[in-house]
Amino acid sequence: MKLVALASALLCGTILLFGTAEFPDFGDPDSPAASHVSPRYIEEAMAETSAPNIVTAVLADYRGFDTLFETAVVFSAAMACFFLLRIFGEDERRPSEKLYRHLPTGITLRIDPGGKVPDSPEFERIDGIWIPHDVIVKTTTRLIIPFIQLFGLYVIAHGHHSPGGGFQGGVILGASVILYAISQNLRQALGRMGEAVSAVFCAAGVFIYAGAGALCLLMGANFLDYSGLAPLFGVDAIQARSLGILVVEIGVGLAVMSAMVWIYYNLASMGRHQEGL
Amino acid sequence: MSEFIDFFVGKYNYWAFILLMMIGLYAMIAKKNLAKKIIGMNIFQTAIILFYISTAAKGGGASIPIIAHGHGHGLSEHGARAADYINPLPHVLMLTAIVVSVATLGVALTLAVKVYHQYGTLEEDEIADRIRAQTGGEP
Amino acid sequence: MSGQLDMIILLFVIISGIGAITVRDLLGAAILFGAYSFLMCLLWAIMGAVDVAFTEASVGAGVSTVLFVAAVFRTTRRTKD
Repeated sequence: MKLVALASALLCGTILLFGTAEFPDFGDPDSPAASHVSPRYIEEAMAETSAPNIVTAVLADYRGFDTLFETAVVFSAAMACFFLLRIFGEDERRPSEKLYRHLPTGITLRIDPGGKVPDSPEFERIDGIWIPHDVIVKTTTRLIIPFIQLFGLYVIAHGHHSPGGGFQGGVILGASVILYAISQNLRQALGRMGEAVSAVFCAAGVFIYAGAGALCLLMGANFLDYSGLAPLFGVDAIQARSLGILVVEIGVGLAVMSAMVWIYYNLASMGRHQEGL
Repeated sequence: MSEFIDFFVGKYNYWAFILLMMIGLYAMIAKKNLAKKIIGMNIFQTAIILFYISTAAKGGGASIPIIAHGHGHGLSEHGARAADYINPLPHVLMLTAIVVSVATLGVALTLAVKVYHQYGTLEEDEIADRIRAQTGGEP
Repeated sequence: MSGQLDMIILLFVIISGIGAITVRDLLGAAILFGAYSFLMCLLWAIMGAVDVAFTEASVGAGVSTVLFVAAVFRTTRRTKD
């Protein structure tokens, strides 16, 4: 089996290597990829959309259809994880035995099914796999998470002028929630951003994107041609395209953020949403 | 000999892409562990992304695709010259491909977790053994 | 200069890629895969694709490593090859 795999990989590689003899050299400014569509984008993007970052302009404006359905793919991947893994209700093989830690002394209590749950702020529920009481990690992440989220918002909003945009900012925002879930525990993270919230945000992101396109249709322009939104924003057509890119990036950021969080919740807890990583 | 060196240096990006693609393909075929197969699939994906990104590069002092002094100076009268900036189109295509690749990675890992829950192992041959034992000899 | 840096990073990319598929521990493979993604992101930053490098740094080296570690945590570290 290994020999067959090695032989087929080598054969495939050799055929491709012979093919590269016809390819343009690395960094050739006159290569076919650089001489047909892209000069039009580079020369006109700034004048037509008022977005200095050409990648953002092409991503959200010229090739908006492409990005709309990429966002839909992310949404449906999150839905697939939910439908495959999520199990509602209690685990019948391991009934709901709950572990609590008494914070002042560090003693761990085990409550059997049907037992009375201690109702006092001195008790903290912990996961079945014993985790040491870790003040430094909890406090440091608590301090750093607001700055991560602020940076994520900056990346979304400043995507016109610097590298960044909805995809990157959304992933950073999602990573901050995942960091919270890892450093505290899954139940606290679910308390901050629940499952229904992430599901609704994920769908709302795709809806904002598609809705912006449909609004353009209603205003008499083509689908996803943001210059039709100019009367709504009260600016000229070029500025309207710039603002339309921002609206779309916010939708993408929302969808990607909640998709990442949703996939993590289901994967880390095997769909039970009780004990995480 | 010098011709060969020119050929290698001029096209080293294709060599790297083909090497990484071969690593990914080998892992997808030969490794029996499902998680290793998923890693192989991701290496294959990044190899193809590397190929696209390297076709976008332009020599001769071309800058990154963000137009300098875009705002505050009005729209420049002469406009941007295409030779001054790297080709942005492959970047756009690959940017979305990366985000989709993490979504597909999530689905693939979900399926692997589900398979482990069902059969108690991630090894392909052991899974086949369990299925054979359950169905009474029929694979 | 940048050509030599390219070559060095490419070498590390290939080493960590081979390492990720040969190491006999899935948690180690996940971490090596994260290192592979981050080195790939450096390579793209050198090639001038700043947006793609940013995406790969946050997605490949960040979230996908976390997802992998979560999956290994829910399954097993053992692997035969």
